[in-house]
Amino acid sequence: MLKILKYSFFDLMRSRWSYVYFAFYLLLGIVLLFLNNDLSKAVITLMNVIIVLVPLIGTIFGVMYYYNSKEFTELLLAQPLKRTTIFLGQYLGVALSLSLSLVLGLGLPFVFYGLFKSNAIWDFSLLLITGSFLTFIFTALAFNIALSNENKIKGFGYAILLWLFLAVIYDGLFLMSIILFEDYPLDKMSLMGTLLNPIDLSRTLILLKLDISALLGYTGAVFKKFFGTDLGLIISFAALILWVILPVSRIMYKSKRKDF
Amino acid sequence: MTRAFIFLISLFLISTFTFADTIEVCKTCNLSSINEAIALAKDHDTILIKKGTYKEYDILIDKPLSILGEGHPVIDGNLKGEIITIIADNVTLDGLSIINVGISYTEDFAAVRVKKAKNFSIQNLVLENLFFGIYIEKSHYGKVIHNKIIGDAVEEHNSGNGIHLWYSSHIEIEHNYVQHVRDGIYLEFSDDSFIRNNVSSNNLRYGLHFMFSNNDEYQDNTFESNGAGVAVMFSKNIKMLSNTFKENWGSASYGLLLKEINDAEIIGNTFEENTIGINIEGSNRIIYKHNNFINNGWAVKVRGACYTNSFTANNFLYNSFDISYNSRENDNVFDGNFWSSYSGYDLDNNGIGDVPYRPVKLFSYIVNRTPETIILLRSLFIDLIDFSEKVSPVFTPDNLIDQHPLIKKAEW
Repeated sequence: MLKILKYSFFDLMRSRWSYVYFAFYLLLGIVLLFLNNDLSKAVITLMNVIIVLVPLIGTIFGVMYYYNSKEFTELLLAQPLKRTTIFLGQYLGVALSLSLSLVLGLGLPFVFYGLFKSNAIWDFSLLLITGSFLTFIFTALAFNIALSNENKIKGFGYAILLWLFLAVIYDGLFLMSIILFEDYPLDKMSLMGTLLNPIDLSRTLILLKLDISALLGYTGAVFKKFFGTDLGLIISFAALILWVILPVSRIMYKSKRKDF
Repeated sequence: MTRAFIFLISLFLISTFTFADTIEVCKTCNLSSINEAIALAKDHDTILIKKGTYKEYDILIDKPLSILGEGHPVIDGNLKGEIITIIADNVTLDGLSIINVGISYTEDFAAVRVKKAKNFSIQNLVLENLFFGIYIEKSHYGKVIHNKIIGDAVEEHNSGNGIHLWYSSHIEIEHNYVQHVRDGIYLEFSDDSFIRNNVSSNNLRYGLHFMFSNNDEYQDNTFESNGAGVAVMFSKNIKMLSNTFKENWGSASYGLLLKEINDAEIIGNTFEENTIGINIEGSNRIIYKHNNFINNGWAVKVRGACYTNSFTANNFLYNSFDISYNSRENDNVFDGNFWSSYSGYDLDNNGIGDVPYRPVKLFSYIVNRTPETIILLRSLFIDLIDFSEKVSPVFTPDNLIDQHPLIKKAEW
């Protein structure tokens, strides 16, 4: 598996897209820092970018890579290799190279700007960690979609739809349902609602750092326990890990049974 | 020679005549009790208390005396009741540690009580394990300076206030350090007082609390991690200048709570990381100028019945919500502030944004209505609906606009 991972990883590292992705984050980081001159504001803007763009790029890239390397995959399948090894290797290669572009692209300008001396370093590392998690989650989801759809156009369509649903539509439905049932105690439900969507989950994680004073304004005891203690952080991370494990295990399951 | 001699003699006579005696109290002196020393002393004498622990309570100071402590002697009330009561004018208390005040549900026992006195001065005291700290009732023209009051209050109903003023006026409260009591500093029916350079932190209820008190001023104080920073209620003409309100977190926590306040000035203060920076209810003709609102949940929450207030040249930096409003009417002026979330441009380069800014977001309305929705803060969907509300306001007051938002932080 390591060999395939290495192959995919270096294949992507050599490809144009990784550089474009890396350059994009580098540019974003530089523009944010040197036009804003304010680290805390830059972290907030960055958060908006990360929770929207990282999933989008992860999904599109994952689907694209799968379809592009399909012939090579079929060649590999003819070799005496385990199927899970092939697909997991490819998946990890894509996810790792994307995360690397993200971390380096955003990290470098911030390091040069003097991040280590600033107290925003924890907020910032949290951003990068959630960004990497989102990459892993959405690449895995993309591989799932690609594995289930032979038709490229359909695959891309579903991938975009998935992103649109989780990034925008889900929150809309969520908001509507909260307002609709406002007469009932909703704190448990709303926390559950966030756990079910990885984008909301990472947003909450970052909110815990950035907007804790506003979050504590709500009176519910469950909220208070969740946001006021480390419990929120632990649960959110656990849920994020679960969000990686579930799609990955479906990749393994699906790849074993798929007829090529 | 004779002239010089006469001068010396007369100087000596004058000094013995005007300068009062000093009475020393210590464990090994003739006098080992403060109560006895007071009984012995004449008007305007000085009682010097040497280092040591004195187990006394109900010390009544009924004549103008200076009571000085040397090396911070400890007066231990043994939880029996009130410790020092001052009922005479011109009394000075300096350099004492007073501990273990009795707790009662029927009487407000204090470490030091000043009752119907004038020109008193209470300074350099350390109060610990107390019920009420310094209780000033119906007294005028006094000073409370450089005291340290450290309580251990757990519940509101069986704890007292650090510095408590009741029907008093012209009191100066400066450089005190109050923590872990119910209200750090409390004023009721107390006018014309100055409160300056105090630090009031970790108190159960408020750092500073005004009730029915007019023409007071507080300046350069720090209020940190209290139930709520400062509550100003039913008072007129209060000046609040250059204070810091910090980290007052909780569902009913405010940096500053204004209720039924008229004609106040709030200038040059910093509100940082509070759940609600300022909560305003029924307050009119208040000037907010040169304040910094940094990283608060809500910088300003306007509850209702607030008219002709003006917000100018303030900095609103990275608050989750800048302004929250619960009605569609607006009679308050927001003009020339800096808003960190302002996204307009300045083509003529005059430092004022060319596009007006709307500080009230639709989402803050939704959160007011259904508090659970706070969990969707900073979601893309919320940004979208905020944007559409910004383009064509339906729910937010359409005249609530900063016509001249600043491009750079306001400096003064």
